[in-house]
Amino acid sequence: MDLANFFIQLLNSVQYGLLLFMLAAGLTLIFGIMGVVNLAHGSFYMLGAYLAWSLSSLLGSLGLAIIVGALLAVAFGFALEWLLFRHFYKRDHLDQVLLTFGLIYIFEELRSIVWGDDVHGVPIPELLSASVPLTENLAYPVYRLFMSGVCIALALGLYGLISKTRLGMKIRAGAFNRDMAESLGINIKLIHAVVFALGVGLAAVAGMIAAPIASVYPNMGAQVLIMCFVVVVIGGIGSVRGALIAALLVGLVDTFGKVLLPQMAGMLIYMLMAAVLLWKPEGLFKQ
Amino acid sequence: MSAQKSNLEILPRGVQVTLALGLVALVAFPFTGTDYYIQMLTRMMIMAIFAMSLDLLQGVTGLVSLGHAAYFGLAGYALAFMMPQGEPASLWWTLPAAVLASGLAALVIGFFVVRTHGIYFIMVTMAFAQMVFYLFFDNRALGGSDGLYINFKPDASVAGWVPFDLDSKRTMYYFTLGAMLVVYVFLRRLLWSPFGRALAGIRVNEHRMRAMGFGTFGYKLAAFTLAGSLAGLAGYLWGTQTGYINPELMGFQMSAHAIMMVILGGMGNFAGAIVGAFAFEYLLHVFKDLPQLGSVNLGKHWQLWMGLFIVLLVTFAPRGLLGLVERFGMGKEKTGGESHHE
Repeated sequence: MDLANFFIQLLNSVQYGLLLFMLAAGLTLIFGIMGVVNLAHGSFYMLGAYLAWSLSSLLGSLGLAIIVGALLAVAFGFALEWLLFRHFYKRDHLDQVLLTFGLIYIFEELRSIVWGDDVHGVPIPELLSASVPLTENLAYPVYRLFMSGVCIALALGLYGLISKTRLGMKIRAGAFNRDMAESLGINIKLIHAVVFALGVGLAAVAGMIAAPIASVYPNMGAQVLIMCFVVVVIGGIGSVRGALIAALLVGLVDTFGKVLLPQMAGMLIYMLMAAVLLWKPEGLFKQ
Repeated sequence: MSAQKSNLEILPRGVQVTLALGLVALVAFPFTGTDYYIQMLTRMMIMAIFAMSLDLLQGVTGLVSLGHAAYFGLAGYALAFMMPQGEPASLWWTLPAAVLASGLAALVIGFFVVRTHGIYFIMVTMAFAQMVFYLFFDNRALGGSDGLYINFKPDASVAGWVPFDLDSKRTMYYFTLGAMLVVYVFLRRLLWSPFGRALAGIRVNEHRMRAMGFGTFGYKLAAFTLAGSLAGLAGYLWGTQTGYINPELMGFQMSAHAIMMVILGGMGNFAGAIVGAFAFEYLLHVFKDLPQLGSVNLGKHWQLWMGLFIVLLVTFAPRGLLGLVERFGMGKEKTGGESHHE
């Protein structure tokens, strides 16, 4: 592998890792703060991708579709939290697994009824369809750089939100000691709803920006959910920083695995997870 | 942390009587039922074995595995690989070998997963099962996404003598019924053995068990391996009955279905897993068989009905049928009904 090729794979792995981080961050926050395991998190990614597909043809612009879609997804997150999830925060993990598994079936079927079972492509916006030439015959698509840019911006925004704002302080207080935060007058129910909706929004945005390169297809949430689980297990549940590092690690191993060891590529991620489990059963950055 | 409540280890008399009646109905059924329903009940009994094997983890030991289907599917694949193209292979070595293959996989994966607790356990079992899934899904040599055909039923003859022939649907039915009963009696005895008591102790309080000197890692690994082997038995029977095996059988939907079965009937006593497996498979059959209503084919959207059913069940009756029995003062009705619904 020459240098330019290596550089391209490196960019790809970072882009994939950042995308995984968007999903895993929501998953790990929802677990860390509310104690809920959410199998339906992959469905929010799928929802985002389908929203991007139908809204971008409706509104004529992917950028506009992403903004409208993100708002819709956040509203959907609030509704879902209010209707179902808030009643499950204190329940057994087993009940949470079943609830969210049932939701996967419901979302998949509704997706099939509303949008059908076909595979769809979402065109890359013209503004971002160019490529950056690296050598004579190698180039890197601008859209992938744009994806990484969006992910980095959102990751920084998330970091700022949690560590620098008043809302973030309340979120941390609620995660640290729910009862104490509540007796200090923090509306913990609202905080939980916000965190949940934020997680849904992040997953949906990940689906929307990935739609042009990953296309839009049934059951697309399932595989990404497993990857998120691997990321969360490696990073340590509840740790956003852990999720970031683990996501980048998984992105690197997966991308370079496919190039260097194609016959083993599918297994490498799981071997990485097994190794981490042997070394640190609670993840690298257990809170 | 989970599942201390409503583990009805000792079955109330009323439930025992209902189960015995259900067994009589199962023994008598092939004399009245059509081939279609004999095959359907055979499938239900296979799922009952699968559900019981999971109950050992979920109900007894308190470990919620979301990857149990991997061991179910592996034994089916093992059977497919051992069955030659031209002639049937013997039941007497393919069955133990397939069960052993699943047990071995469970031992290796269990070595990693039983170190984890609670939510990690759920995610890690699921992740490893998906690894197995993709191993078969992505490799043409292992059947790929289409799966493999098992051209013959395993041959039961011993040195020229043929005690029974699994090609007959009725024989397959009774063979499966026998296997289900053997597994049930074995697991019930195991539940009350020192080993079973230790597993129940781990469910209630693992720290205390460790403080009392139990090596909980070994106990959990043994339970995981045993559960995987028994799931393998179910998978072997599935492969034998249907003659076909594919990666779907190892997917996390299948694992979640098994969890549903155990929940539906009530955890930790194995009888509930049987009842739950029958009830769940029957529901699945009902949902997939829903009629055409105007231009809408209700049966095509079975996932929607099943999803709604699951969400409603966990919201309103999280401990299933036996949980309801327990809540309403060990009532005599409500359980076992599904085991002879015909």
